[in-house]
Amino acid sequence: MAKNTLSSRFRKLDIDEFDENKFVEDHDETVDNQGPDGAEIGNLIRRGDMMTAFHIALRNPPVNTKNPAIKERALAIVLRVLTSFKSSDIEPAVKSLDRSGVDLLMEYIYRGFEKPSDNSSAILLQWHEKAFAVGGLGSIVRVLTARKTV
Amino acid sequence: MSYHSFLLEPISCHSWNKDRTQIALCPNNHDVHIYKKDGTKWTKIHELKEHNGQVTGIDWAPESNRIVTCGTDRNAYVWSLKGEVWKPTLVILRINRAARCVSWSPKENKFAVGSGSRLISICYFEQENDWWVCKHIKKPIRSTVLSLDWHPNNVLLAAGSCDFKCRVFSAYIKEVEEKPGPTVWGSKMPFGEVLFESGPSGVSGGAGDGAGGGWVHGVCFSHSGNRLAWTSHDSTVAIAEGGKTSTISSLSSETLPLLCVSFITENSLVAAGHDCYPVLFVYDGTKGSVTFGGKLDVPKQTSQRGISARERFQNLDRRATSSETTEQGLESLHKNSISQISVLEGGKSKCSTFCTTGMDGGMVTWDVKSLESALKDLKIV
Repeated sequence: MAKNTLSSRFRKLDIDEFDENKFVEDHDETVDNQGPDGAEIGNLIRRGDMMTAFHIALRNPPVNTKNPAIKERALAIVLRVLTSFKSSDIEPAVKSLDRSGVDLLMEYIYRGFEKPSDNSSAILLQWHEKAFAVGGLGSIVRVLTARKTV
Repeated sequence: MSYHSFLLEPISCHSWNKDRTQIALCPNNHDVHIYKKDGTKWTKIHELKEHNGQVTGIDWAPESNRIVTCGTDRNAYVWSLKGEVWKPTLVILRINRAARCVSWSPKENKFAVGSGSRLISICYFEQENDWWVCKHIKKPIRSTVLSLDWHPNNVLLAAGSCDFKCRVFSAYIKEVEEKPGPTVWGSKMPFGEVLFESGPSGVSGGAGDGAGGGWVHGVCFSHSGNRLAWTSHDSTVAIAEGGKTSTISSLSSETLPLLCVSFITENSLVAAGHDCYPVLFVYDGTKGSVTFGGKLDVPKQTSQRGISARERFQNLDRRATSSETTEQGLESLHKNSISQISVLEGGKSKCSTFCTTGMDGGMVTWDVKSLESALKDLKIV
């Protein structure tokens, strides 16, 4: 019989922490894409040119940076564009995207779901429905399995 | 298309014998059951009980009639038929985590076992000691090896693993074979050499930003060995051609992730997974593109009857849609995820029949000719 049959402290030990061959993430320090330009987007929204604002907002996604501030800023800009859309304009906007664009849009939608504000959820759900019709379950799976997300 | 339900438990893995009259499968427990085909019925003729953990991989060597099994008890056994009984021989794999997949090489003088210990064990028989010996391929695998496939030259081995990469290794064992000639994947092949590696740090993918990736569930070489296909957990299927290492064609699909893949001709492949039906993909070598070929399943004839207003509101209440389909279950033959595909007739170059097993405990044999005629816009090039 082992000596300390009562103590179960060993069960809380993470054995993989002591493994020399532990998987360590490659740190990709390349500072690229800073996210969309807020001022430019603001101008376009005021002028009513939603499609261009939409496309610019989805360009240069800050996927590779580890800086949360940049990601927050990009998210806020994209959400601003998405919530300013009229319901009838959503479908043609989604149709104008290619496959990777739809995946990126889906990522932003789910990030938007994380922090619901007053009326963002309703419009985001409409965006989700249209994006799902084009991207299918695969685009949602790619949001879940993506390792470098926006 | 015939569907046979063996048991209620999922079929973890299966393998056919040479003339396709017997199938060895694991019903999600520690044993291997061998069933023999009698016309349309299947009768269990053997039970192989030796493993102490779930059997995760079975492979039946067609020429030498040996079965190799591997399991979560970190062991592998090679079974030989002595008279009417299968006798096991233990193979020490020297791994400290579960074994996940096993595959005989084309010449059946060695086999490879992928495991959770982040390595592949290549095992061969040493005549002097009358014992199976193994060598490890460790670098640069960083997580569990989920799937393996041998190249027809008996030396190259493709491995898909949980570190989001698909790699081609050399498993050249100088004790059992001659030095191999050069192939499109490379000419220098010492043991353990990585000849190809997919993924973001290697080469960029066709669709998508290449920054994602998922566990590589299934890998398959084509019949000639010049093409390698793999499916990944981020719902993509990708094909690489040896030699042109800067081009990986991949397709992000709209379905749930695919778990297994197999070439059926040099240009077409069939894959299946969590969507419970096999799917055809067509690869165009000149354009380097993978396209969705079609869904391979028996089309169900739904009766077109009118729907009353009461039923419409009931559907709205229960399922949020007022559609007419009253299908409660799946329309596909398999009722749960398909975990393995195996080619029955015709080999990987001109497959005429293939078989799928899944988590619903059922096995379906698919006939390529009748699929082509049943589904009109299906074209297998």
